[in-house]
Amino acid sequence: MAMWITQLFNGLSVSSILLLIALGLSVTFGLMGVINMAHGEFIMIGSYAAYLTQNAFKELLPGRMFDAYFPVALAASFLVAFAIGYLLELLLIRHLYGRPLDSLLATWGVGLVLQQIARSIFGAPNVAVNSPSWLNGGLHVMDGIDLPYKRLFILALVAVCLAAMYLYINRSHSGRRMRAVMQNREMAACLGISTRRVDGMTFAIGSGIAGIAGCALTLIGPIGPNIGTYYIVDAFMVVVLGGVGKLIGTVLGALGIGVFNTMFEWWSTASLGKVFVFLCIVAFLQWKPKGLFAVRTRQLD
Amino acid sequence: MEDGASDWPTFAEKARKLLSEDKVATVFGGWTSASRKAMLPVFEELNGLLWYPVQYEGLESSPNIFYTGATTNQQIVPSVDYLLEQGKKKFFLLGSDYVFPRTANKIIKAQLAAKGGETVAEEYTPLGHTDYTTIIAKIKEAKPDVVYNTLNGDSNVAFFKQLKDANIAASDLTTLSVSIAEEEVKGIGPDFLAGHLVAWNYYQTTDTPENKTFVENFKAKYGADSVTSDPMEAGYTAVYLWAAAVEKAGSFDVDKVKEAAKGIEWNAPEGKVTIDGDNQHIYKTVRIGEIQPDGMIKELWNSGSPVKPDPYLKGYDWAKDLSAGS
Repeated sequence: MAMWITQLFNGLSVSSILLLIALGLSVTFGLMGVINMAHGEFIMIGSYAAYLTQNAFKELLPGRMFDAYFPVALAASFLVAFAIGYLLELLLIRHLYGRPLDSLLATWGVGLVLQQIARSIFGAPNVAVNSPSWLNGGLHVMDGIDLPYKRLFILALVAVCLAAMYLYINRSHSGRRMRAVMQNREMAACLGISTRRVDGMTFAIGSGIAGIAGCALTLIGPIGPNIGTYYIVDAFMVVVLGGVGKLIGTVLGALGIGVFNTMFEWWSTASLGKVFVFLCIVAFLQWKPKGLFAVRTRQLD
Repeated sequence: MEDGASDWPTFAEKARKLLSEDKVATVFGGWTSASRKAMLPVFEELNGLLWYPVQYEGLESSPNIFYTGATTNQQIVPSVDYLLEQGKKKFFLLGSDYVFPRTANKIIKAQLAAKGGETVAEEYTPLGHTDYTTIIAKIKEAKPDVVYNTLNGDSNVAFFKQLKDANIAASDLTTLSVSIAEEEVKGIGPDFLAGHLVAWNYYQTTDTPENKTFVENFKAKYGADSVTSDPMEAGYTAVYLWAAAVEKAGSFDVDKVKEAAKGIEWNAPEGKVTIDGDNQHIYKTVRIGEIQPDGMIKELWNSGSPVKPDPYLKGYDWAKDLSAGS
């Protein structure tokens, strides 16, 4: 019994992590259609931003104030990834709209360059980020069931990000402009929306969210130049399964993959579990090639 | 100097370039077993000389490679014996899914079967795996006395961070790792690792006059924050051993150097090492250590004297069937 609850929680937790790494991609790939292979490297940028913030706090505000670094690191990760994303869109991505294969190769190259830059600056070995002490330990529910605070924190963080994104896309002016441009660029431009600015902003937001994911991942995983490569496949899997362009699809995609992966892994092994999940996804996409939720448009694309 | 980019075909290609175009006298390098296996045919074909500085899974002895890291009977086998002596009988084997952990665990299983231990589970995760919650749940379920950890690289970070989150400390569950040295401790954070065990031949704290100088020089060159570790020491030793062999041979010729290398002794930071002419491994002292909160490793036990390398485990009855298969 305790085992089942623990595994269910683990499944949820894995789902929340998948969702966090896929959220940014659901914007850059889902909404904008850029096959963004550098997405993993934006996660990496977020992680290193958290590392630098931590170091700054260690240097300047040691002692009790140190624990306050984490919220600052979350903001810093978002801003740094946001800025680099904006720059990348300005210099490269905007020349590649509507050319999926070129954007795939170009962003992959950018990813490699970013990895190498990180390796030159921070070195090839992993760096350590100390978690804030208020996230150590866990919630003791009953005998044999401890829910780690870090996992709960990530669940909450995902919920907040999701809510913020939903509100931004559906309720704010700039969010409406964003949707207008993504759905019908010419019409939006005719109505006086600066599509250039919207494109830049959208890509930067997607990158910024990847940065937040990177910061959160410092709590549970390694921080090194390669970490982007560990998450990129999962991120694409979630978005493709969920159906491009729909937030709810991404959420359900992450939930499905996370829970099934955890269960399969429990019954078999880590490698085999992944194989089963891939098989299920392939089978599902045969049945519904557009994923769980497809955007219905009048456009023939 | 060439970079293998952690890509196995690249290792082979660069090795070929170093040997046939740059005509180097010798090569120092390789990291994973896969990188070594990729380079091995190239070195044998072109009669090159490779010094491989990392502990590995044994069952190999190429005439063109000198192995200055530990083979299994200088790390894994004695560490399993050590754990059995401490009363740890039930082993949970956890490793990354590639050649080193698979071979190492094959050896450990045979050893446990022969010596009254028990393998309660054997789990492998893909390289770069980052979620260990399910594995940790399996560990809780299996209730082993010890987790024998052959995970590689980044997976270790995820595993130990998540182990601590699951409220399992080193005092609740013994783990022994063979791929975590001082450099890795720094990258994971000593908070997550204090109290866990490791097995190597050298630690930064190893108490020899040679090591004192080595650590001082290393810090002078790479900064006070830098740490030394077993693979670094093995690489450093390799260069001195090669130099000694070249001096003795009076030539850079590969065959002459190989001949001269037999029986060469050198006082390495880990203590005296000797090249075994038969299999081109070196005699090394085995050390079990415990990771300290400051990131250093404290030696708990050592083998007393350098152990003769035995890559095919010929001196162990229970290992008879192992070498046959490979």
